[in-house]
Amino acid sequence: MPKSIKTLLSGFARSPLLIPFSMLAVLIVFNLIMDPAFFRITVVTNNAGYPSMQGRIVAILNNGSELAILAIGMTLVTAASGGQDISVGAAASIAGAVILRVVCGDETAPTALHASIIAAVLASIGVAMCFGAFNGVLVSVFKIQPMVATLILFTAGRQIAYWIGGGKILNAPGDVFKYFGNNIPGIAIPTPIFITLACIVVIALVLKFTNLGLYSQTVGINVKSARLNGLNPVWIKTLTYIIMSVCVAIVGFIKVSRTGNINYDTLAKDIEMDAILAVAIGGNALSGGKFNLTGSIIGAYIIQFLTNTLYATNVSSDSLKAYKAIVIIVIVVIGSPVLKEYADRLFRRGGAAQGVRS
Amino acid sequence: MQNDIILSMRNITKAFPGVLALSGVDFTLRRGEIHALMGENGAGKSTLIKVLTGVYPKDAGQIYINDDAAGIKSPKEAQRLGIATVYQEITLCPNLTVAENMFMGRGKYKFVNWNKTKRKARRILDSLDIPANPSQQLANCSLAVQQMVAIARTVDMDCKVLILDEPTSSLDEQEVEKLFRLMNELKSRGVGIIFVTHFLEQVYKVCDRITVLRNGELVGEYETRELPRLSLVSKMMGKELDDLSSLKKNDVVSTENDAPVVYQAESLSSVAGVKPFDFQIKKGEVNGFTGLLGSGRSESVRAIFGADKVTGGKITVHGKRAKITAPKDAMKHGIGYLPEDRKRDGIVADLSVRENIILALQVLNGFFKPFTKAQQRRFADEYIKLLGVKTASVDTPIKSLSGGNQQKVILARWLLTHPKYLILDEPTRGIDVGTKAEIQRIVLKLASEGMSITFISSEIEEMLRTCSRLIVMRDRSIVGELRGSDMTQDRIMATIAGGASDNA
Repeated sequence: MPKSIKTLLSGFARSPLLIPFSMLAVLIVFNLIMDPAFFRITVVTNNAGYPSMQGRIVAILNNGSELAILAIGMTLVTAASGGQDISVGAAASIAGAVILRVVCGDETAPTALHASIIAAVLASIGVAMCFGAFNGVLVSVFKIQPMVATLILFTAGRQIAYWIGGGKILNAPGDVFKYFGNNIPGIAIPTPIFITLACIVVIALVLKFTNLGLYSQTVGINVKSARLNGLNPVWIKTLTYIIMSVCVAIVGFIKVSRTGNINYDTLAKDIEMDAILAVAIGGNALSGGKFNLTGSIIGAYIIQFLTNTLYATNVSSDSLKAYKAIVIIVIVVIGSPVLKEYADRLFRRGGAAQGVRS
Repeated sequence: MQNDIILSMRNITKAFPGVLALSGVDFTLRRGEIHALMGENGAGKSTLIKVLTGVYPKDAGQIYINDDAAGIKSPKEAQRLGIATVYQEITLCPNLTVAENMFMGRGKYKFVNWNKTKRKARRILDSLDIPANPSQQLANCSLAVQQMVAIARTVDMDCKVLILDEPTSSLDEQEVEKLFRLMNELKSRGVGIIFVTHFLEQVYKVCDRITVLRNGELVGEYETRELPRLSLVSKMMGKELDDLSSLKKNDVVSTENDAPVVYQAESLSSVAGVKPFDFQIKKGEVNGFTGLLGSGRSESVRAIFGADKVTGGKITVHGKRAKITAPKDAMKHGIGYLPEDRKRDGIVADLSVRENIILALQVLNGFFKPFTKAQQRRFADEYIKLLGVKTASVDTPIKSLSGGNQQKVILARWLLTHPKYLILDEPTRGIDVGTKAEIQRIVLKLASEGMSITFISSEIEEMLRTCSRLIVMRDRSIVGELRGSDMTQDRIMATIAGGASDNA
């Protein structure tokens, strides 16, 4: 009996999900001590007269949606190309601009939709995919380092969004956008949570019913071997950037739906670094190869959890980043291979000593 | 006699999770001797070396250097004690110059006088008769010279113990010869050399003593001249030798002349620089490409598989015109290719044995039709059993397997696709004698079942044992084709050297 527990423990100790899960546990315990009502969820009636869930855990899940969705794409890009896409924030701004432009037509604050939201979302996904393919081709065909390749769109993206929007702040007509950004009438759970869940389900199905996982990992680990086994590394890398861009378009949609308008400069600002961090916290090597998508998604929520916790401890938004940095240092050091090896050795020595005694 | 011993390792034990890699191994090295460390893959040679150089901490045992107990905890410490290692893969910086590589990371000074350094490098290179220029970029030297520079670097460090871990596996014969001269030079200076290799001839050529390991245990230490080859092999394998000798010449599959042609190429050429060549192979035939390193034998088979960009040629598969410009085209036509460089082109290191086995078939099957886990397991289990791959489980990462077992996994990968024509480029390089014989046997068996096989090996004996037809290459073009009674070592040598065509 103790032996099976030990193997279970050692199995868990070696699992890549150990660090993300323990981080999450620490954050939950810390929050519970500070605020015993941490898990409390209340349903209130919002301005529009519909029921809406309130509570810190709901806020974390809701506000973490964008990051979780981006973490999916970022994980795949990292795995296949051994680098990261830093243009996701700017590209989300483009996607948001496309959506509002399509529904607003030439007006800045129309009273009715000029086109259906579905058409707008499809248009933004299409535009985003073009930019994703652009990034992908730079990386896979021209073999430019991913961070340098995506720096182009990172720099130019918000300006492009500004052009698409005609240089004006566009306001979405009606309440329909609020359904996606906040609540669907009659359903208390915020809609972004459902959208994220849908994204996770879709990617899980894709990984199950296609070879995306095997191919992208193979390309990320050994390009030469991948080619000699009949894979086309150029296409596979580009594909991951295109998938990333679809994630970006969805994030752009959620962002504009939350506010009903667009600020080209601040929409999803700095989110690329958090997305990369989520991938790292999830136990993925940023140099590519084997990936763990669950880890990345948990990583995204850990970051959101952290932001929320810091706000709850009355850290001012100005100094938030500094505090966040401190906690992140701790996270990455604990997750570092050096410490892991050390812990592994300690663990094994402890196990051996036990074996001698019994 | 006692004073002659510069290194002794006593009762060394090292365990990894699940395996006892070394158990109570002794090893003794004397001043001015070349000492071979022999054993099959997984015998514990690498682990012993890594314990000695401080890469792995030992679980038990003592190491004495000049009779002083040495607690070696890091490679740096080992270096300080005069233990230097040159690995199979060059671990220098190809983009630096020869001189920079020789002195890199060793100065205690803040400023470097490059002129002085270069002069010093020149002196060492000259004294060892190494044909390299100190200010030449290392990447421009041949592999052998790079290897020698790595050794020269250790000489200047005033090393007492030099470990050469399979230094010859990527060198051709002349280069090996030069390396041996260098080793003998160092030996006369009193350096003790530990030589890890798979090549028996080389051991008998330069080594004074042999220590044999098997399954992490010491089999014994022998004087080279007192240990016949056959008993060395049987000691390494732990059984009486019937494997190599049982592969007699008459086992070679002789194909009937009327067997259908499986693959045919006319004036095939690729960007890798082979001159356009014609080639064909019949059903159930085993043929070989031979020639010196760099003669274009690998480049030719790579062109057949579409591994390098094909620039011209007419290809027919089973009598029908075919277009093969990329590996996938070749795979679709039932051609498989086991690459020469297992680590660089073959394995996908971080993926499991299972994923490595199913990879090629999965690619053929298509992006939208992944095998289920259960199917993958079934495939993997079947071929692990068929080829006798030693692995903890199907989910073990392939990188943690020994070289020979990795090679078997790659072989399994291609056998699983049931190819009609299989190209094996150096399938036996860097693997132990037992596995070598096994792979040769598998090749003959597959051929007798109707598979066409191209077999390339640097060891001519091995090719003579398996091939029924040999294509000889020199300077990137085909210079001869030998079959039947013409296939003798002398004849091959003569063809390679060019004597045959001139004198005939």
